[in-house]
Amino acid sequence: MSTTDTSDVTTDITTDTSDVTSEATTETSDVAETITETAVTITIDGRSVAVPEGATIGAACNAAGVNTPTLCWAENLTPVNVCRVCVVELEGSRALVPSCSRIAEQGMVIHTDTERVRHSRRMVLEFLGSSVDLSQTSDLHHWMDIYDADCDRYSEDDHDAKRVDEPVKIQDELYIRDYSKCVLCYKCVEACGDDAQHTFAIAVSGRGFDARISTEFDASLPDSACVYCGNCVAVCPTGALQFKTEYDLRQAEQWRPEDQTVTRTVCSYCGVGCNLELHVQDERIVKVTSPSDHSVTSGHLCIKGRFGWQYVHG
Amino acid sequence: MTDIYLSDERATDPEIAAVNAALSAAGADPADPVVILETDRLYTSGTARRRQRRHFLLPALHALQNTAGWISPGGVNYVAEMLGVPPAEIFGVASFYDLLHTEAPDHLDDVFHVCVDSPCRIEGANDLADRLRAEGKHVHLGPCLGQCERAPALFVQGCGGRPDYVPADSAATGATAKAATGATTAQASDSATTQAPDSASTKASTEQPFLLPQAPNKSLRLLRRIGVVDPCSLDSYIAHGGYTALHRAAEIGAEAVLESVAASGLSGRGGAAFPTGVKWRAVAAESAQPEQSEQPKRSKQSKHVVANCDESEPGTFKDRIVMQHDPFALIESMTIAALSTGATQGWIYIRGEYPLATTRLQNAIKSARAAGLLGTNIADTQHQFDIVVRRGAGAYICGEETALFNSLEGFRGEPRNKPPFPTTHGLFGEPTAINNPETLLNVIDIVNEGADAYRSRGTERSPGTKLFCVSGRIGHAGLYETPFGITLGELIDLAGGVTGSGQLQAVLMGGAAGSFVGPDSLGLPLTLEDTRAAGTTLGSGVVMVFDTSVDMTDVVVRIAEFFRHESCGQCVPCRVGAVRQHETLVQMQHRGRLSPQRRALIDDMAEVMADASICGLGHTAASAVRSALSLGLISQAPISPGLISQASIS
Ligand SMILES: Cc1cc2nc3c(=O)[nH]c(=O)nc-3n(C[C@H](O)[C@H](O)[C@H](O)COP(=O)(O)O)c2cc1C
Ligand code: SF4
Ligand code: SF4
Ligand code: SF4
Ligand code: FES
Ligand code: FES
Repeated sequence: MSTTDTSDVTTDITTDTSDVTSEATTETSDVAETITETAVTITIDGRSVAVPEGATIGAACNAAGVNTPTLCWAENLTPVNVCRVCVVELEGSRALVPSCSRIAEQGMVIHTDTERVRHSRRMVLEFLGSSVDLSQTSDLHHWMDIYDADCDRYSEDDHDAKRVDEPVKIQDELYIRDYSKCVLCYKCVEACGDDAQHTFAIAVSGRGFDARISTEFDASLPDSACVYCGNCVAVCPTGALQFKTEYDLRQAEQWRPEDQTVTRTVCSYCGVGCNLELHVQDERIVKVTSPSDHSVTSGHLCIKGRFGWQYVHG
Repeated sequence: MTDIYLSDERATDPEIAAVNAALSAAGADPADPVVILETDRLYTSGTARRRQRRHFLLPALHALQNTAGWISPGGVNYVAEMLGVPPAEIFGVASFYDLLHTEAPDHLDDVFHVCVDSPCRIEGANDLADRLRAEGKHVHLGPCLGQCERAPALFVQGCGGRPDYVPADSAATGATAKAATGATTAQASDSATTQAPDSASTKASTEQPFLLPQAPNKSLRLLRRIGVVDPCSLDSYIAHGGYTALHRAAEIGAEAVLESVAASGLSGRGGAAFPTGVKWRAVAAESAQPEQSEQPKRSKQSKHVVANCDESEPGTFKDRIVMQHDPFALIESMTIAALSTGATQGWIYIRGEYPLATTRLQNAIKSARAAGLLGTNIADTQHQFDIVVRRGAGAYICGEETALFNSLEGFRGEPRNKPPFPTTHGLFGEPTAINNPETLLNVIDIVNEGADAYRSRGTERSPGTKLFCVSGRIGHAGLYETPFGITLGELIDLAGGVTGSGQLQAVLMGGAAGSFVGPDSLGLPLTLEDTRAAGTTLGSGVVMVFDTSVDMTDVVVRIAEFFRHESCGQCVPCRVGAVRQHETLVQMQHRGRLSPQRRALIDDMAEVMADASICGLGHTAASAVRSALSLGLISQAPISPGLISQASIS
């Protein structure tokens, strides 16, 4: 392989403002006439799609019926666009772009299934699988099959690829933290901070491969600012943060989501009216969630709604 | 006092005094009440952040580190109270930087940082470290210190309130030995390399014996005052032609300056070669007034000019020499940038390992302010502009412009996704012109002599002169200035030719983020267009020379280790890819060969890093490695274990 792309890439650092040509392609113009002023029309895998102004490429993909893997994106959190599993090819851009956060602009031409896209998605999945325990990140396995990810090819007979190896932190009876499962999606940090809780008990610490989610000086949760709202647990996509009930049942090999019923109710602790989903297995509440599309909570709760049920069982 | 949860630990009196002093020096009143507002790790809440004083975080952390040798829990709590930043976030920021420690040290001694990047490692960095250890010093092995011309380089981080400094003769092979005869020597006032933070003229026992290997000559433009002017004296700067450009800019007006800069064809010297005229024009076009907006956070309060003095690309030291020996030139050119873009706030973000340059710049700002060349009605115009100096704390990634903004604002130095771009959403989310010091310096000539005269040097597509940082196995390592278009071979000859075996093996162009070229490239004209066409880059002007006796496998493994160490960790392709790339090369080094599968794996990894990473670090993390492989520089024979990389990956 030659190094021909070096100068292109370095130029890219500040120059890609002009990368995206915003002329509408001729194929899309007929559609454009039928939509309102505040819509933009873009082309995804050859089909033109109209989305409201400000919508992301990812939203446009959904509208076009194109499924896209995501990991660090969630509808109730500000996009951080760090996992890069959702990348797509944008014509005129030297690098791939994250569909979860890149705003659709009139005339963009997007490809979601080119060799480049498949390669990058596959490599991101392999990198994650080769470094952390994804056994409880269910959504990704489907994509790993699609892209033929081989997470084992990084180790050799005499050499193990470095993994994130951390003992499980069990510091209270409410939830556990197992950072050997953490993909650093920043969701918990956002939920604890700006996007919901405003407690800022946890942040990303360290740098590079050694970056970890942590309290200050790795203080235990009971000694930290944590108020046990459980919102971080609710958004964690990997099981790195897990309700203690769920963790204990999994350890005992008794965790059976297929046998669980989910009952919706309204939290009775105060007058806000948060919606709760009680997950019941063997007649016991094993966890409490809140629908992320609910107008009051956006999926976020406080300690009473999230953990108050523990008193139900005495 | 605040609604921030604090543990029981309390800061010591010296810690409190140091933080208060740092806050006062940085312009924050320590007695000011703390305002706690939302924070936002994205660009959207710029003004809120500033109100909240978060951008004083890094100065406060430097003060804690310097006092106690670490960022202690009590110190964090005190800073949290002063600035309203939650302790977990302060810890997250502190643990990001190499010069800040979040574990208690077992000593209060100064720390000796020894560079282990290529020019230093081939000139005996490990021996230097051993020698220092034998003297009982606390040694830390780390990346390039920006003194590659005087390899092996050393930087001493003060503790217990003692200042940081760079000893003059760190190396057995001191720069003296290599200095070309007839080279510019420093004047008396240039000799101070040890500096107390607030005394620009402190003379120390340390001397820097020479400045430039090129004898003074007419073709020097950016370097013409180096070693000639007194860097501590505004009068001396003015006597050598200083500030004529600013006055001329004030006379011809912003529009005319913007036109000249665009017509000159000046492009960025920080590595990306973006046209400076386009960048400035974009910032000038942004409104400086608060916009009527439904999102009050997005309202634009002010515009900024930022000098990116982080200079951490291995092999790069040009900005240091300019800032140390001609600091007023940077201040003047930033002021011209402000005048023509309408910016009112200036920031110098300088790497923490440059104590002398920092002091000289602070001194220059003070003098310029006293002379009415900064502040209100600068140079008798209606314009207002002032400059603040902020020190980095050991993180290559903070040279990436958006990471720099986050770092300066008191956040982790993680690059932002682009778009939006700095010209509209830069520092504090406001319109920002960010430039490399070398880029800025060119503007002085452009304004003084006009675009046409400027274009008389260099080539049509690469006008002007270029600073080259020549290091490695070369007769006279140092900083060179020539018009664009000199060939690589001519530059190597100018610098005294290849030493060691005398036979050229390879040249690393552009630093760790650049690529290797072989001896068949000696005829390559050093221009943007020719290097690009040849599949390499000028980058930040690094020309790192390796003779045939150098073990290139070791050099390449170290480059991979550098990226592994410097990845910010934000995005998966780079966070994991840089580790896997390094592991693969270390394995190759142990086995003495690279199987076809492993070779394919390197290409697979390189592609995802270049294609899906957030920033330029990930985009270029594989380019030197791949160029070395395709040039066949990496030995396929087992090598002796003694040569295996000894640098720490902490
Ligand atoms: C990892 C990384 C490190 C960088 N380091 C520097 C640096 O130390 N100094 C610098 O001027 N530019 C650096 N840059 C480039 C800046 O992002 C930016 O392009 C530059 O400051 C713009 O100034 P210019 O147009 O004058 O070159 C770096 C880029 C990347 C991706
Ligand atoms: S439980 Fe709530 S307060 Fe505690 S870390 Fe999680 S989000 Fe933050
Ligand atoms: S703990 Fe969970 S939510 Fe937090 S960063 Fe890791 S994977 Fe994401
Ligand atoms: S490419 Fe590397 S340095 Fe840049 S944002 Fe991603 S992890 Fe950080
Ligand atoms: S889902 Fe888009 S970058 Fe993570
Ligand atoms: S100082 Fe050692 S390589 Fe730059």
